[in-house]
Amino acid sequence: MNTRLRRTLPYAGLLIAGIAAPFLFPDYTFQFTVLWVMILFALTWDILGGQMGYNSLGNIAFFGVGMYICAVVQIGLYYDVAQYTASYGAVKVEFTAEQYFTGLAVGLIAAGLGAMVFSVILGWVVFGLRGPYFAIGTLGVALSAGELTGAWDYVGGGGGIALPIYPGEPDDRSLFFYALCFVLAMILFFLLRWIYLGRFGLAANAIRDDEEKAEGMGIHTMRYKTVGWAIAAFFLGISGALFGNMIGFIEPLEVAFPTVTFGLFMVVMCLLGGRGTLWGPVIGATLFHTFKEVTWTYLLGWQWVALGALIVVSVVFFQQGIVGWVKEKWPEKFGIAVDDRALAETEPDLDEAPSQRLRRQTEAAQ
Amino acid sequence: MLDNITLLAIAPLLNVQLLLDGLFIGAIFALAAYGLALVWGVMNVKNLAQGDFVMMGGYIAFVMTKLGIHPIFGLPVAIVFMFGFGWMVYRVIIYRVIGKDLFTSLLATFGMAIVIQQLLNLIFSPDVMVAESGFAIRSYLGGMVTVADIKLISFLLAAVLAALVITFMKYSRMGQAIRATAQDPRAARVMGIDTERVYAFTFALNAAICGAAGVLISMIWVLQPFFGMTYSIRAFVIVTAAGLGNLPGVIIAGLGLGAAEQFAGFILGAELQQFTVVGLLVAILVWRQVQQSRHRQVVR
Repeated sequence: MNTRLRRTLPYAGLLIAGIAAPFLFPDYTFQFTVLWVMILFALTWDILGGQMGYNSLGNIAFFGVGMYICAVVQIGLYYDVAQYTASYGAVKVEFTAEQYFTGLAVGLIAAGLGAMVFSVILGWVVFGLRGPYFAIGTLGVALSAGELTGAWDYVGGGGGIALPIYPGEPDDRSLFFYALCFVLAMILFFLLRWIYLGRFGLAANAIRDDEEKAEGMGIHTMRYKTVGWAIAAFFLGISGALFGNMIGFIEPLEVAFPTVTFGLFMVVMCLLGGRGTLWGPVIGATLFHTFKEVTWTYLLGWQWVALGALIVVSVVFFQQGIVGWVKEKWPEKFGIAVDDRALAETEPDLDEAPSQRLRRQTEAAQ
Repeated sequence: MLDNITLLAIAPLLNVQLLLDGLFIGAIFALAAYGLALVWGVMNVKNLAQGDFVMMGGYIAFVMTKLGIHPIFGLPVAIVFMFGFGWMVYRVIIYRVIGKDLFTSLLATFGMAIVIQQLLNLIFSPDVMVAESGFAIRSYLGGMVTVADIKLISFLLAAVLAALVITFMKYSRMGQAIRATAQDPRAARVMGIDTERVYAFTFALNAAICGAAGVLISMIWVLQPFFGMTYSIRAFVIVTAAGLGNLPGVIIAGLGLGAAEQFAGFILGAELQQFTVVGLLVAILVWRQVQQSRHRQVVR
């Protein structure tokens, strides 16, 4: 009973913190909302990057695709989209409360599904690429998605779209989006916890460790990769739709497809927290977001330099991340038997060069 | 779009103009891409800060013009300065990245790229700048084709630099050591080559090449702290298209990319010029993959 309580405590703590945060610090509701979106970013990136070893730099494309699909659906249900975008938000079109909420609901679902379809098609194209080529290829996809959207007049081109205005008080609005982002992140978190414990998690880790062997053992690797990416894309699409509505105005390069900001942040958050773990992305995102906000407040002008330096330092000097470091330090807390050194030895270290591994193994054998 | 194509068909000299502009800028792309191919091939580091090294070189030339010195003399200064800078970067960061997995070098250099571009932004402001060379612009073929002298000069300089680097790699002691290390670092170490020094030298050489390319860019194109990323992407496009260790391929791909970009910018419009570069990258990767999947089926 005691261990069970201790196990559930962090999850309960996360839930309580999420519910209590906007009431305890009502001035920071917007920041907390962004924090949940960041946690969601890190968690979705970790599905492929951490668990499967497919380091994508272009996951942000799903975020933008979801954002634009939702916007088009929200407006398109009641007005002509081309006419609406041509006015660049100069003509304020009224949406009634009912129209707003139906549009948002339909838009969110469409955004998730649309991003998912996009990810499946894209996965079919890019999953043959390995290692750095996968990273560069996906980066190229995300960059070109932003450029293409910027040249597409139907969705407003580089000028962007002004989204329908929330019918209600500003305080209610921020709380409304906070609740949606929080619930979405929690659904993802517990869904991932569930699937990592099962067959999917095992297959994903097998693909990360050695894809050829995994395929040899009869794991349909392509199917697992596609499913993993589709889950990431579904949640990223919805989060993009929410984020766009929260900002109120979307534009291709800075808001919808911010490849070198959010697209990179999600990777760094994951690495900072410890990739390939469930809690790593959550912790990493929280720390990273806090660091970012603090530097934005106190180091204005130098914030980007500090951020870049943080990226370099965390990648170069602190590869295993916080959770990975804790796991190394106190393995018994994670249910790894301490006296069973052999178990820890067989645990493959992904960053280790084959020659190093060989040396370590021979040393261990002696 | 169709109008632009017919325009090209009606005025064939316009093609010549676009092609020349493309080749002049493409030579500089090829230079930066060669540096990337060198570092990638020798030490398996994928440098995403390549374009930011180029921008740094450009700003060196810009500072020289501000001091009243002609930007062409920025070339040796940039080469020396960037060589030292590259060596320092290797000692501090790259040296720890070499043995790690493939993704680490990408991310670490990405972080470096952010730091460099933001520092440039803080020092020089985000305005677009040009290092004025003050050379004349001549027109040929009855005024239909105009070529600035500086473009011609920079093209020649790029060719000379490339020839120098190639000769160096082929005949000098260090160049041979670099090539040996690229082939088999362990065997090179057994043969008494200090691979650690070779790596440092290679990275510094790459930075110097990029710096030189930047000086040329500053004279014929524009400088802006955030343009570095596109040069990195271009270098990746060229190297991926040509393949590692394929020097003629790098030169051809570089010139081709320069020309393709000019034509795409003319036909599709300027807002899609950037897309052409990244779109080409994706297209090349997909095409390679199709090639490989055929190969894989044979194995199966």
